[in-house]
Amino acid sequence: MRAMVYRGPYKVRVEEKDMPPIEHPNDAIVRVTLGAICGSDLHLYHGMMPDTRVGMTFGHEFIGVVEEVGSGVANLSRGDRVMVPFNIFCGTCWFCARSLYSNCHNVNPNATAVGGIYGYSHTCGGYDGGQSEFVRVPFADVGPTIIPEWMDDEDAVLLTDALPTGYFGAQLGDIVEGDVVVVFGAGPVGLFAAKSAWLMGAGRVVVIDHLEYRLEKARTFAHAETYNFTEYDDIVVHMKKITDHLGADVAIDAVGAEADGNLTQHITAAKLKLQGGSPVALNWAIDSVRKGGTVSVMGAYGPMFSAVKFGDALNKGLTLRMNQCPVKRQWPRLFEHIRNGYLKPSEIITHRIPLEHIAEGYHIFSAKLDGCIKPLVVPNAG
Amino acid sequence: MTYTSDKPPLPETTEQLRARIPGWGADLDPKDRPSVPKLRWQEDRTGAHWDFPERQPERWPRERSIEHAFLTPVFGTSCPPRGVSGALRRFSYRRFSEGRAAHWLLLLAADRVDAWENHLRSFATARPDNPITETGVLSEFSRHGFSSRFGKKRADAGHHLLDPVIVAGPWVLAGGLAYSGVRAALRRRRR
Repeated sequence: MRAMVYRGPYKVRVEEKDMPPIEHPNDAIVRVTLGAICGSDLHLYHGMMPDTRVGMTFGHEFIGVVEEVGSGVANLSRGDRVMVPFNIFCGTCWFCARSLYSNCHNVNPNATAVGGIYGYSHTCGGYDGGQSEFVRVPFADVGPTIIPEWMDDEDAVLLTDALPTGYFGAQLGDIVEGDVVVVFGAGPVGLFAAKSAWLMGAGRVVVIDHLEYRLEKARTFAHAETYNFTEYDDIVVHMKKITDHLGADVAIDAVGAEADGNLTQHITAAKLKLQGGSPVALNWAIDSVRKGGTVSVMGAYGPMFSAVKFGDALNKGLTLRMNQCPVKRQWPRLFEHIRNGYLKPSEIITHRIPLEHIAEGYHIFSAKLDGCIKPLVVPNAG
Repeated sequence: MTYTSDKPPLPETTEQLRARIPGWGADLDPKDRPSVPKLRWQEDRTGAHWDFPERQPERWPRERSIEHAFLTPVFGTSCPPRGVSGALRRFSYRRFSEGRAAHWLLLLAADRVDAWENHLRSFATARPDNPITETGVLSEFSRHGFSSRFGKKRADAGHHLLDPVIVAGPWVLAGGLAYSGVRAALRRRRR
């Protein structure tokens, strides 16, 4: 089969790989019909995530058709059209039993601090991902769901991570009616978080970024008020000015490990790998939110330490909330929102990259060329 | 006004927001939010029909965190450790917990070693690594590399210049060392 493989920092290519075997009675093999590159894939691509091995296939956002099922699979059959959450989870450990699917304890031998994720290094379990023609899906009776007839493939693929993560980020903000919500980052997760904040009754939603084309999308797609941080001497001071010097009630970090805005932080984290991530957006969130407010972290960070301003968080009495999104938990409510026309996730898709051109896809997304917001990956694009 | 007890006024009323934003307030009640409360007991186990999952066969000694009691019943089988990078990885997992910086720094070092082991190995195959095609850098010409960056007030434009150094630098260095080595060997042979 054809699959994307990692060849070292900033280098990927498509290779012929063996078909994934059934390794466990509850495995399924899924033929991927549509995948995506996630912003967090760029942390792997840039060599930031420890134990990212040459030869691994990335990709934790994908949908497809069940090709084969293991002897113990009861809920899926060959030919089912399925969406697969980016979390791999067992359904019965202490965490899964309490709906924390992203924290499953039975799927990742390499680390206890993170659950299992498709195509996301050995730190997240060593599973190959879905930027390929076929992928092994463990716990097929637990994770995947049959895609409803009425749902478009392009909406479905964004339901496997980006949309639920943004929606989850807004939920962790504990938004109450009339709250001022500031979202750092106008990428896919930030756009969905901003859009979701309105569903929860926000009174004002502000989005901060440095890419003008993404801020334009935040205005049109997420109905948000936007600011380009490069136009201000200090974006934190500006946030105070526009909130009557109170600060936002809720701040959401939708940037994560490669945040720009402070060259020292960016270089030490993203280039020299001396931090788990560049916490520029997180520090801005801590400083922009009002005392007693809530910071929700959806941006991905590596397991190493990062230079986060915990003193400010302590002295301001902030609530810091974060987790990898337990995707399947969000689905029933998000299905309703899509059906009601409140959300149309596929509106943020900008590029559809054939699998064979995956190296260009990564470069375009990484370097933010060509107005790229969300690239899909199309296997067998012809 | 912040310096008094009043909350600063909002630019729009609830009615205006409801009229402007599709779905505004649909999840106003926390009971409608799927992740509230944080811990929610799952009676149906999301489709699982076991108390503890059957164990996946261990086809080679699988490295694991020493913070785990045992090898998890299911695990990924991509890219088994091998070579010097594999030895570094195995040592890191065997010796250090996730709480130790040494664990992660060793794994990061192993990643760099792994990349070079594989680059060198690729030169003995019909498909050697090619940093031009594998970085996708040619899309700079087909996907508006110049106009996407310049005059756009992008905060990342400055350090983009570092990327070619990070990618090409080790290749240039390795090429230079290989050239010097071959030249020195030839000189010794001529003497």
